[in-house]
Amino acid sequence: MYDSYRDHLAIQLEEIREAGLYKNERVIVSPQGAEITISTGQKVLNFCANNYLGLSANRKLVEAAKEALDTHGYGMSSVRFICGTGDLHKELERKLADFFGTEDTILYAACFDANGGVFEPLLTSEDAIISDSLNHASIIDGVRLCKANRYRYENADMDDLESQLQLAQQHRFRLIVTDGVFSMDGNVAPLGRIYELANKYNAMVMVDESHSAGVVGETGRGVTELYNLKGKIEIITGTLGKAFGGAIGGFTTGKKEIIEMLRQRSRPYLFSNSIPPLVAAAGIKMVEMMTETNELQDKLHHNTKYFMERMLKAGFDIKPTQSAICAVMLYDAKLSQEMAVRLLKEGIYVIGFYYPVVPKDKARIRVQLSAAHETEHLDKAIAAFTKVGKELGVLK
Amino acid sequence: MEEMNINEMKEMVLKYVIKEYIDDDDVTITYETPLISSGYVDSFSMVSLLVFLENKFKIKIPPSKATPEAFDSVNSIVALVNQYLEK
Amino acid sequence: MSFPESIRSIYQAQLADIQHAGIFKEERFIHSAQSADIEVEFPSGSELKKVINMCANNYLGLSSHPDVIKAAHEGLETRGYGMSSVRFICGTQDIHRELENRVTEFLGTEDTILFPSCMDANAGVFEAILTSEDVMISDRLVHASIIDGMRLCSAQHDTFKHSSMEHLEEKLLLHADKRLKLVITDGVFSMDGDTARLDRMVELCEKYGAMLLVDDSHATGFIGKTGRGTHEYCGVFGKIDIITTTFGKALGGASGGCVSGRREIVEMCRQKARPYLFSNTIAPVIVSGVLKVFDILSANTERRDKLEKNAAYWRKGLTEAGFVLREGNTPIVPVMLFNAKLSQDFSKDLYREGIYAIGFFFPVVPNGQARIRTQISAGHEIHHLDRALDAFIRVGKKYGILGLTKDQIIEKHGL
Ligand SMILES: Cc1ncc(COP(=O)(O)O)c(C=O)c1O
Ligand SMILES: Cc1ncc(COP(=O)(O)O)c(C=O)c1O
Repeated sequence: MYDSYRDHLAIQLEEIREAGLYKNERVIVSPQGAEITISTGQKVLNFCANNYLGLSANRKLVEAAKEALDTHGYGMSSVRFICGTGDLHKELERKLADFFGTEDTILYAACFDANGGVFEPLLTSEDAIISDSLNHASIIDGVRLCKANRYRYENADMDDLESQLQLAQQHRFRLIVTDGVFSMDGNVAPLGRIYELANKYNAMVMVDESHSAGVVGETGRGVTELYNLKGKIEIITGTLGKAFGGAIGGFTTGKKEIIEMLRQRSRPYLFSNSIPPLVAAAGIKMVEMMTETNELQDKLHHNTKYFMERMLKAGFDIKPTQSAICAVMLYDAKLSQEMAVRLLKEGIYVIGFYYPVVPKDKARIRVQLSAAHETEHLDKAIAAFTKVGKELGVLK
Repeated sequence: MEEMNINEMKEMVLKYVIKEYIDDDDVTITYETPLISSGYVDSFSMVSLLVFLENKFKIKIPPSKATPEAFDSVNSIVALVNQYLEK
Repeated sequence: MSFPESIRSIYQAQLADIQHAGIFKEERFIHSAQSADIEVEFPSGSELKKVINMCANNYLGLSSHPDVIKAAHEGLETRGYGMSSVRFICGTQDIHRELENRVTEFLGTEDTILFPSCMDANAGVFEAILTSEDVMISDRLVHASIIDGMRLCSAQHDTFKHSSMEHLEEKLLLHADKRLKLVITDGVFSMDGDTARLDRMVELCEKYGAMLLVDDSHATGFIGKTGRGTHEYCGVFGKIDIITTTFGKALGGASGGCVSGRREIVEMCRQKARPYLFSNTIAPVIVSGVLKVFDILSANTERRDKLEKNAAYWRKGLTEAGFVLREGNTPIVPVMLFNAKLSQDFSKDLYREGIYAIGFFFPVVPNGQARIRTQISAGHEIHHLDRALDAFIRVGKKYGILGLTKDQIIEKHGL
């Protein structure tokens, strides 16, 4: 049997290659950081990690993880409700709730799982989910696994959201779902307006803070902080895999009954291991660090502002946002690839994105800023962008 | 297919359910036994029952009607089938 | 206030229903490393209690093995803590590839792709490789994560009675017209501890031109003479098209999973599997630990041999004491109690005796098949097993079930 299937797959893979969509992985041989070493031995500056707070190789997190290895071992070898719950899991859940000003938190192996398992236990075919069209793949999969009625609104388009809410009035409960920061444009969801509409049309709100927790808001509490909505949003999901250390893990935090229901019914929570104790310990350390000082958040905000201002001045087509994602618009797919290759030669590691990851003719290079970057790193990147931009005729 | 009365239909569906889903000899299934809500048939396995009904009775049951509730007992299954036979 | 009392109270009522039905899941907080002896806080807020753990998937006793912990320490020093990226952007280290190669070699396949968990591997694999022209035919007792993966895939699905090869053959005939047929099973079934008949399944798949996927989460590392898994045990090593498995059980127990199998299938998953493309992979520190686990497993078969001996000793002890067990040849030994409430009471009494084992009942197992599931580990010594056996016998006497048959237990305690 497999022989005929092999041929079938070989053709499909060839098609992926021809379409220029084949994903090759670049192998990194150093810890994650502002400066990394790739398998060719080349040292490059990394501007494409979600390492927003620069915690991926942070000494204090490493120490916390090591300590937990000694006190709590390596793995739990069990799901949470059998014998996979450690005291560290409970402590991290409490700390995250304090951090976000919510009532309770439930941990998952990844935010992919948090989003995959949040809808089905909470909503039925009597209810409605109203989802932003650019929400993350894991939200889409979670919605696919839930029987609720689906409504979709154009990215951050509040008029469209309002029409969809009107259409959804016939259902029992309504849940509006949005990413806090959209990862390809870096735009921040208009949560203030979403919250108003939710009140007007009697809906609940869920925000995925994966790209905004630790980043957006004065103290990095995310878009709920930016819009002064602390404690008012029913459901927040987030990841420990980006700003918060970058290893693995996700969470859902919010109203007490919702979290309790997820503990009883959420399939990725019931049927899969949680994060290992050493990841929980590092998570606890991370929250403590972010609560004690605002240094990392401040530095990230400074870096983002610094970079975006200078790129604008250099003449690049970018839309400054409150996130740490800077989309350098090039529009042409080939150009985005060529530019990324040349930037790598200059020692700057960035990725060019094009259709179907972003809309047709909206190709771009996505730059992600980090508190790990020093001013000299930023200057080097800006200089490289300017040089390559001129060579390729992007800049006059 | 020749005409079948309600009782013959029930008998036939019951036989299929027992053959297709029940492993345990101790279990007795009647026309009223809840099949899905008591765990004899998981909703995933319902698919083969649907295919069986559609082939046997030459009907088409829309997916929106093939709910776990409608499939929960032999009685309710036959009632559902009848709705589509009449049309 | 968009979360008014009306909504809050709906969820409160649902939670109360779960509590009344006696199926509310309460977590026990473990304050020590996972091993045969653990310290537990239960109920929440109470003093720590030392108990023997009889319900972990720590089959090889590697969850807190000093060499694994040491390797993780080193991993943290040389590789940092997290990657903060998905694989194809900047989340791939050389050790991720190294681990993929080690798994491939161990399982006797062509290539391997890592996932953050086996749940995610199962959730992503079907949609990546099948379309609506194809059919998935699964055993009725496969794991929940496989069911979710199939729900996300547009291929048709059908099921066969648990381990019934006649029924599987019927279904293969029924679906003869489909472009691709994928037969799906667990290698070892987690609730019963029985083993899939992979030898027969490989034959049937060859006869009817189908592919075979095996989730070997409860087998990799210890089932089969050298611990390669159910395919080794059944004499079909190298003949399985797709194996999924986890690092979250026997292989150190931290986290992570994979799809291992035909080269093109693995490649397809790398291009299309959503949890791979849109979620972080296993953290470097975990990879370092799992690599060490494979070193330990490749050095000799001591741990799996000890596990096999322990499991046989435990099974024999329980049988002689007069318990009704599920037949099987794995370290999963279910003690059948049939009545749901009895399974909960039994578990509580065991805990009082210092033995940690969980009672399972509907809907986790079929109605009327409630049980205490025990799981044996190479981390257990004979004295652990003897103490646990004593406790089981005392509690068994209390409920008067020793020496009774299934029917007699049901007569005594009801269903
Ligand atoms: C058969 C089977 N597959 C997959 C899983 C999920 O494994 P993981 O914890 O890696 O998600 C489990 C664990 O419960 C399992 O028993
Ligand atoms: C908005 C959003 N949600 C969820 C995720 C998934 O996070 P994790 O890696 O924890 O699964 C991502 C990461 O890509 C994301 O961007």
